[in-house]
Amino acid sequence: MPDLVVDVRDAVVTMAGFPALAGATLAVREGEIVVLAGPNGAGKTTLLRLCAGLIAPIRGSARVFGLDVAEHRDEVRSRVGFLGHANGLYAELTTRENVAFHAALVGASRDEVDAALHRLGLGGRLADVPVARLSAGQRRRCALANLVVRRAGLWLLDEPHAGLDANARRELDDTLLAASRSGATIMFASHDLDRLGNLRPRVVRVGAGVVEGDASVGAVGDEASHGGAPR
Amino acid sequence: MIRRTAFAVLRKDLLIEWRSRALLTRVVPFAVLVLVLFAIALDSEPLVLRAGAGLVWMTTLFSALVIVQRSFELERRDGALDVLKTLGVDGTALFLGKAAALIVQLLALVVILVAGAVVLYGVNVEAPALVLLVTTAVLGSCGIGLVGTLYGGLVSGTSGRDTLLPLLLMPVTAPVLIGASRATESAFGGDAIDATTAWAWVGLLAVFGVAFAVAGAVSFGPLLDSDS
Repeated sequence: MPDLVVDVRDAVVTMAGFPALAGATLAVREGEIVVLAGPNGAGKTTLLRLCAGLIAPIRGSARVFGLDVAEHRDEVRSRVGFLGHANGLYAELTTRENVAFHAALVGASRDEVDAALHRLGLGGRLADVPVARLSAGQRRRCALANLVVRRAGLWLLDEPHAGLDANARRELDDTLLAASRSGATIMFASHDLDRLGNLRPRVVRVGAGVVEGDASVGAVGDEASHGGAPR
Repeated sequence: MIRRTAFAVLRKDLLIEWRSRALLTRVVPFAVLVLVLFAIALDSEPLVLRAGAGLVWMTTLFSALVIVQRSFELERRDGALDVLKTLGVDGTALFLGKAAALIVQLLALVVILVAGAVVLYGVNVEAPALVLLVTTAVLGSCGIGLVGTLYGGLVSGTSGRDTLLPLLLMPVTAPVLIGASRATESAFGGDAIDATTAWAWVGLLAVFGVAFAVAGAVSFGPLLDSDS
């Protein structure tokens, strides 16, 4: 059985005095693609930030790659790639220069930069185009190339499909599938479960700060489309 | 590790500056205009000659506000600083890299302003005073660059950052303004300050730089983390 990458047990997290997670428990194994589904305010983003080592639980525990996120915060952050709503790119720099900057931070080689660009479909002409001139989908892929070149073993993505058209969504799904096949574990929050294409993720329902359990894409998608919180 | 990260940040910031030409197209015209306006406002050649050094550093400080704000605007625009924080990039290295990029830009600006003072105010720099002038330019730029980076990072996440930055930066950089102005005045051939006193002011600039380099290196990471 693959190793446990994420091991969250009864985690309680408060934000500005309010409980954002109220005893969440989640286990994710290496190579899995997990989508966190649930209504706004359910705790999906908080769960992702907890796994990224950005916040610590006040009760319970959260371990990533076997490391406690509170005790080994910097090591957890260096092994995890977290991407929120922003891409974190520099518009004046080209695609290659943006990825090369992240490569320089971790000491990755120029070959690794080229390989990451190629893998994300950003090789050739696109590599030397300023990021300001890329489409939304291409920028998203450039941000993911930064995670590839940083050798992140766990990708945590908050609404990665937001703002993308059908083609860009398909490209992103292909990227996530390829990353998963090459050993990365992927966890992302999403509202839009109807269009997850051929990702075939494990769907985890999150509601009121707790993990309610696994569900099928269809079941959660149907409930969400009828206006109710996924159950 | 720290050196590698700091160098990557320095290279990235200078590359962005080179691409956007913001220093050349926005800051330098502003700075030269301020120099000209000071001269018009004082309207007295002896007074302008005497105040030349102070005007150069005053203008540098005003221009530094624009450069610092732009430096952190680049990090804020697409959430780049947040991404760097979430990736666990070392705060000390980030501080040193951004400060170094700022210092390089400020130093280039000071060179232009000194040349401007020579042309516009008619100040005279003798060859023996060049060492004093260069040392003052480097240490003065370091002082403003280090404080600017520390306070720029501190206010980058706040809503009133454009107002807050000058309010914080101006009082703290007063020792740099005074020390660099006195030493530059001596290098410009002013009679009021002898070389020994001028080098004592340079010593103050060095102490100030070291103090803020240490303060920034130690506190920048926790400061950034506190608003993540």
